[in-house]
Amino acid sequence: MDLLPPTDRSQDVSQPLDRLSPDETLKAESDQLRGTIALGLLDRITSAVPGNDIKLMKFHGIYQQDDRDVRDERRRQKLEPAFQFMIRVRLPGGICTTERWLKIAELACAHGGETLRMTTRQTFQFHWVLKQDLVPLIRGLHEVLLDTVAACGDDSRGVMATVYPEFPALQAELADLAKAVSDHVIPRTGAYHEIWYGEERVATSGPEEPFYGRTYMPRKFKIGFVIPPNNDIDIYAQDLGYIAIVGEDGRIAGFNVAIGGGMGRTDKAPHTYPRTASVIGFITPDRLYPVTEAVMGVQRDYGNRADRARARFKYTIDDKGLDWIKAAIEDRAGPLDPARPYAFTSNADRYGWTESDDGAHHYTLFVENGRLDRDLLDRIEPIARVHKGHFRLTPNQNLMIAGVAAADRPAIEALLAETGLAALNARSTLRLNAMACVALPTCGLAMADSERYLPSLITRIEAILSRHGLEKEPITLRMTGCPNGCARPYIAEIGLTGRAPGKYNLYLGGGFHGQRLGRLYRENIGEAAILETLDETLGRYAAERQPGEHFGDFTIRAGIVREVTEGRFSND
Amino acid sequence: MTAEIMTAPQHAPALLTGEQAGLVEALGATLTAEQARWASGYFAGLALGLARGGGAGALASPAPAAPRPAARTLAILYGSETGNGAELAKSLAAAATAQGLAPVLTDMADYKPRRLKDEQDLLIVVATHGEGDPPQPAADFFDFVESRKAPPLPDLRYAVLALGDMSYEQFCGAGKRIDARLEALGAQRLRPRVDCDVDFDEPAAEWSVDILALLAAEQAEAAPATPAAAVVPASAGSDAGTGYDKRNPFPATVIEKIRLSGRGSSKETQHVELSLAGSGLSYQPGDALGFVARNDPAAVEALLTALDLPGSAPLTLKGKATTLEEALATSLEVTTATLRFLDHWGALTGTGDVFAAMDSGERAAFLHANHIVDIVRAFPLKGVDPQRFAEGLRPLQPRLYSIASSLAACPDEAHITVAPVRYALHDQPRSGVASGQIADRVEIDSVVPVYIQANPHFRLPPEGRPIIMIGAGTGVAPYRAFLQEREARGGGRAWLFFGERHFRSDFLYQTEWQQWLADGTLTRMDVAFSRDGARKLYVQHRLREQARDVHAWLEEGAHLYVCGDAARLAPDVHAALVALIAEQASVQTEDAEEYLRDLQRDGRYQRDIY
Repeated sequence: MDLLPPTDRSQDVSQPLDRLSPDETLKAESDQLRGTIALGLLDRITSAVPGNDIKLMKFHGIYQQDDRDVRDERRRQKLEPAFQFMIRVRLPGGICTTERWLKIAELACAHGGETLRMTTRQTFQFHWVLKQDLVPLIRGLHEVLLDTVAACGDDSRGVMATVYPEFPALQAELADLAKAVSDHVIPRTGAYHEIWYGEERVATSGPEEPFYGRTYMPRKFKIGFVIPPNNDIDIYAQDLGYIAIVGEDGRIAGFNVAIGGGMGRTDKAPHTYPRTASVIGFITPDRLYPVTEAVMGVQRDYGNRADRARARFKYTIDDKGLDWIKAAIEDRAGPLDPARPYAFTSNADRYGWTESDDGAHHYTLFVENGRLDRDLLDRIEPIARVHKGHFRLTPNQNLMIAGVAAADRPAIEALLAETGLAALNARSTLRLNAMACVALPTCGLAMADSERYLPSLITRIEAILSRHGLEKEPITLRMTGCPNGCARPYIAEIGLTGRAPGKYNLYLGGGFHGQRLGRLYRENIGEAAILETLDETLGRYAAERQPGEHFGDFTIRAGIVREVTEGRFSND
Repeated sequence: MTAEIMTAPQHAPALLTGEQAGLVEALGATLTAEQARWASGYFAGLALGLARGGGAGALASPAPAAPRPAARTLAILYGSETGNGAELAKSLAAAATAQGLAPVLTDMADYKPRRLKDEQDLLIVVATHGEGDPPQPAADFFDFVESRKAPPLPDLRYAVLALGDMSYEQFCGAGKRIDARLEALGAQRLRPRVDCDVDFDEPAAEWSVDILALLAAEQAEAAPATPAAAVVPASAGSDAGTGYDKRNPFPATVIEKIRLSGRGSSKETQHVELSLAGSGLSYQPGDALGFVARNDPAAVEALLTALDLPGSAPLTLKGKATTLEEALATSLEVTTATLRFLDHWGALTGTGDVFAAMDSGERAAFLHANHIVDIVRAFPLKGVDPQRFAEGLRPLQPRLYSIASSLAACPDEAHITVAPVRYALHDQPRSGVASGQIADRVEIDSVVPVYIQANPHFRLPPEGRPIIMIGAGTGVAPYRAFLQEREARGGGRAWLFFGERHFRSDFLYQTEWQQWLADGTLTRMDVAFSRDGARKLYVQHRLREQARDVHAWLEEGAHLYVCGDAARLAPDVHAALVALIAEQASVQTEDAEEYLRDLQRDGRYQRDIY
């Protein structure tokens, strides 16, 4: 520590709670995430939980939401909002055995309104879960050794890992690392077991949370693993990203460390912005735990706890300076080696059958916006019953049937055809490269529709593309219902973020494989203006593009938008 | 036994002109006792007719006759649940007093039944509840009279006015039971019992006039006196001083209508707010609103079609010329058939044998499964005379709804909570007359005729006393009134047990209870949603769960209220209360029942069930 230059500590964990945001007091006084959650579950007069418990339950992977479509109608009916809960599973690397798949589908049908989402961070979300169904659902997950710990909240969120199957051995190793790191960095409090499994509280000799302490992280913290050249997990959007570097022996030689990625911003708040991660060095695999702890520790200790809008790691880095942060990390974990060269080419999924060099076959199924309704669950079930490999949830919200032996492939193929699932992949290139968050009616942050609206908007954009002969051109399109960016819209070539019902901000110029932020091009526009703008810019792209040039790159070269070089300049 | 002899002119100078007084005096001088008795009845009837004709004003506030020793004591007892019986009994007592009698009017709920053996003349007005049961406040009285403890009553003379609803198999069952029982105990029946259907006004008035004429005449014979003034019984349900009552309802404007049932509900419960501004009507929490309904035009149309009669067919109803369509829409019950209609239609169509062949259970089932229109369709009659047809129908009765508001919180307003009754008969959708009208044909700015029906058996206790309120479905309505009242005026601890089908869609007035829980107006609340879980849970289960605290509250003086369904909720809740008291007080079931009877007698266990 002595070697670090002094820094402003007026807004970090060193300050008394009353100088920090109220959330810090809330965490500190929560008795390590217990609050009054257990009591609130018993209250039959409301389907909500008391105010502060709502925030604490996020640390348990649970968001209180309400059906916003009927909020006003119910207010008039003298009924409280249709409160319900979203439950996010902790599923490191998006790996799901068939046994777990069947259980999750069963729980969704019993407690989750017969619907499930596969998220942009490779996990499942249950929606429409009522308060009295929380315990049965979480205990059901426990039966297949799954939990929801830290799936939300100011802690290390679900850890991602690439699903690209080219290097099966490396990929499996990466998935194991994702699981190990996730297990290493989740909260240790007994609150989860007590509240959801009904276990007795046991006395602990030391502090319940040796790493997190009483106030956990300043904000959420996202970790991911990837193997170039595929950037499916959007490494630049992670707080801490590990880019695997493959040695000449074909094994993982180590990882480039990327820090400070993040999507969230607030409209009309220029001090908030999305930021792509910065690569600060290279480590060998044996240093993964100490470096992870060092990076998280620096953010825990120096992150802004006075202004939650500025609490993500990306702002700590920009406030302190990247060099200072790197020095602080090295002060804890030892020096990092210089970053190794690497190159990404895409962040999209490859649909249909692929084969890896171990002879295994993998089938990636397009699931629009990750939305699994009862019909889709029923059609996938027969595959889950016979498939001997496992499932992977992709970071693009699709489903991979992974590890099919050559001999078993015809049976899976037959089921895919029989159930009509194979036909789902026969979609336009644009649709296959598009993502949307859930947004209305369940998400409390949404200002506009996303998942419900994007499919119909894509149909209209498809017409424009075909008019300009661009229907085969891969272009990434992502939409969110608010500026927080769950579907990572700021690193798409076309990004749309909700401002109000039917109104969106339009971003252009994002990098094709997620390497560059887009810039706000049109603000608060409706569908007609969106289509008009895209018609004009895509028309120019069709006429003026160079060979192999991506749409995002073109918009910058053509001067349609200025390039965003760093997140902090994106509002300039 | 002494009796003063007075003359009419001395007693009614303000009422009669000198010429009238002279005529009465002259007539009186010539009459025999028997003639005087006849004249007494004649004038009473005349007065009734005058009142009906709107000329009641001059007769409305007579000077009461001075009480004086009567030949025999006269007791008037009533058993009433909705207040109709109580109102009739009060009117009867007023009329008796005006005729120089000295009646002692008592609610059966407050009457010590062992006094029966000391009574001489006894007039009983009793309603029937459910299938032949007495009104709940009268249950103790019936238990005693029908038990072996009841003494022989050889000296008692009595008459019974029974109130009921002909759509029930055990029509006027409670009145029939008490009438038969008193006879069995050796009492002498003064006049044959009169059984009134829901349109009780006229038969009740005739019975009153008849029986009072008899008693007054006897008394006059024993101690000759001239009646001070003939007094007309005020019609039941009147609200003193406002001029608006059941016969003359106030046209109230609907100022709000909200469907309380959320999406996905199997119900469509409505909250309706009515403006009473300018009516002068007032009410207390616990009272009911009388709603003068109109039949569904579609039901009227269907009936006209089935009869093959034009709506314009002329008709005379209560002496007034009208059309068949108008009468069916506004004046006559056109849906539920009665036994009387069955007889009537059977006679008209010559199919009476079909109905006569049924036993009483079969007839009840038939009436349950067939509305008037279904019977007409099944047994059509070509060229039926509209007048003859209408004679088989009973008058359309107003419907009562517990008021869900307090004037203290909502001046000049009355709120009601209405769950439309809907079902299918013969594959055709049917709805309740009033509830269907409110759900389907009443909107904001509609004007509907209403009046206030007092419900003295459902009242908040004095301030400070704790209350336990138990209700299911729309039975929660009066508790909203209670809490509005307590929020405005202060009160003690309050505990609400509420049951419905689904939490999400059927938690009536949910946000209001939440607010009252937050501000302390409501101390506790327990809910049971019967269709949310695998096991059907009802309020009685919650009561049992909270047995210790419920019992503690009762021991601390809490008043207990039950409102809702009479067939299931009320008995189930009662049984749960008996069980929890037995359990908590470690006493036998009979003792627990006695405990509840004591509460009932003390007005601490009040029910509004339907």
